[in-house]
Amino acid sequence: MHQVLRAIVEPGFFSSSAVALAAVVGGLVALVAGAVGVFTVLRGQAFAGEALGDIGAAGGSSAYLIGIAPLWGFVGIAVAAAGVMETIGIQRARGRDLATGIVLGAGFGLAALFLYLGTTFDNTTGATITILFGSIFALDKAILPAALVFGALALAIIVACYRPLLLSSISPELAAARGIPVRLIGGLYLIAMAVAVALAAVTIGAILSTALLIGPAATALQLTTRPARAIVTAGLIGLGAMWLGLLLAYDSYDWPPLHHGWPVSFFVVTLVLIVYLSARILTRGRTRR
Amino acid sequence: MFSGFMVNAWLVATMVAIVGGAVGFFVVLRGSAFVAHAVPNGSFAGAAAASLVGINTIIGLAVFSLGGALGIGLLGRRGRHDVATALTLVFMLGLGALFLGFSIEYAPEIYSLLFGEVLGISSTELAPTAGLAIASLAALAILYRPLLLSSIAPETGQARGISPFRIELAFLVVVALATTMTVPVVGTALIFSLMIGPPAAARAFTVRPHVAIALSIALALVTVWAAIALSYQTNWPVGFFVGTISAAAYAAGRAWTFTRRGASSARS
Repeated sequence: MHQVLRAIVEPGFFSSSAVALAAVVGGLVALVAGAVGVFTVLRGQAFAGEALGDIGAAGGSSAYLIGIAPLWGFVGIAVAAAGVMETIGIQRARGRDLATGIVLGAGFGLAALFLYLGTTFDNTTGATITILFGSIFALDKAILPAALVFGALALAIIVACYRPLLLSSISPELAAARGIPVRLIGGLYLIAMAVAVALAAVTIGAILSTALLIGPAATALQLTTRPARAIVTAGLIGLGAMWLGLLLAYDSYDWPPLHHGWPVSFFVVTLVLIVYLSARILTRGRTRR
Repeated sequence: MFSGFMVNAWLVATMVAIVGGAVGFFVVLRGSAFVAHAVPNGSFAGAAAASLVGINTIIGLAVFSLGGALGIGLLGRRGRHDVATALTLVFMLGLGALFLGFSIEYAPEIYSLLFGEVLGISSTELAPTAGLAIASLAALAILYRPLLLSSIAPETGQARGISPFRIELAFLVVVALATTMTVPVVGTALIFSLMIGPPAAARAFTVRPHVAIALSIALALVTVWAAIALSYQTNWPVGFFVGTISAAAYAAGRAWTFTRRGASSARS
């Protein structure tokens, strides 16, 4: 029994402070991303979510450049980008995709410049990797209060406009007919998403931020049509994938081929995809019957 | 600026701009901006895999961009297209992170994969790039009529026996081809900007498809040439200039439609 347990949970997993911090921050991010993500999927804004994470990287690299905490750079640029997207975005889904793409292209350009300037002046080539792929096991404890504040901010926006947001996500026409300021709600939501995505991107990397924003929420919306239940389900799926991913990554420290650990993002992304595909296969069988 | 290794840069950039401008017209027309971002970005995993196994980067890129394109097409057939695209992309990036973890790759090489290294193109890269450029343009020419019809009026296309799903898959393969040819020389970020900015600007100036494609290619060429020249002068990354000039082209297009709409409404 003890042997089996040892094989599943590598000794030291529960006593390592780096793992504990990663589990707390990762869990927090997964819960926030799940709640925000349900609306992202409902509104068809997956591209904007992905783009904000990538653009945040420009902010992260500029923060390195001017020497402030990366989190502030990420959040600042992501919120600014969300504002630009909203300003130039046409309300039709197609025009919105284009607006997202333009902002993302410009953001990529800025990221290239900042990373270049950062590497020439600073010689910290490792920053590129950290910004793009995240390094959850190397988090600084000082990030916890800021992460809590930003996570709470994103959730607070969602909670504060829950009903109008839900209605305008499902049927913008009906919402407009009822006198809901659809554009304002959409803008507020974009800010909440920018904050959540930036928080996720800086702590767990841009890849995982999209994975946790879209995957669990899309899975939950396959399984249930009730929004409140979908939010809880998405949060739990995200949390499960995050923690299992952390455990597997920790275990993998003595796996082949290099014996220095497989990346957390690989495990979490694979778990998220497996859960989503299983949910699709499950619900397909249900609708056929 | 026009001698030695710079000749290669000009040649390859010209090919990339022509393909990017032409394919990009359909990307914008079909509203596939996310796909145009996801396929090149995800194919980065292919480059990582190729360097791990020790094969030619182009093969890795081809396999992963085709796989990603087909994954997006098949997953998105039922269910939400943007969710399918996002999940395919993050899965490929996750694989990329894994392959990077296995190999001892240096950060500057990752940087050049993402943002391009157009100034360091060797002569051996010219032939495969040209071949792939011709292949993607030929595929686009063959697909031209059904693709245009299916993009503008899917129902009419379907009534004429054009399956939207098959057209979507074929188009995704073209995007994958264009990706394979461009990523090793100019990076994932640059080709995305070229596929969005110039075509979107071109569509703002004209509604006629032929003219729009020609204009899109012309704008893409100007963007790339200006970017290379500026990059050569300042030493700043090419990707920065391509991104900003593309966005500026789009802004110009938007301003044009805005003033024209204002003028026509004032007249009536």
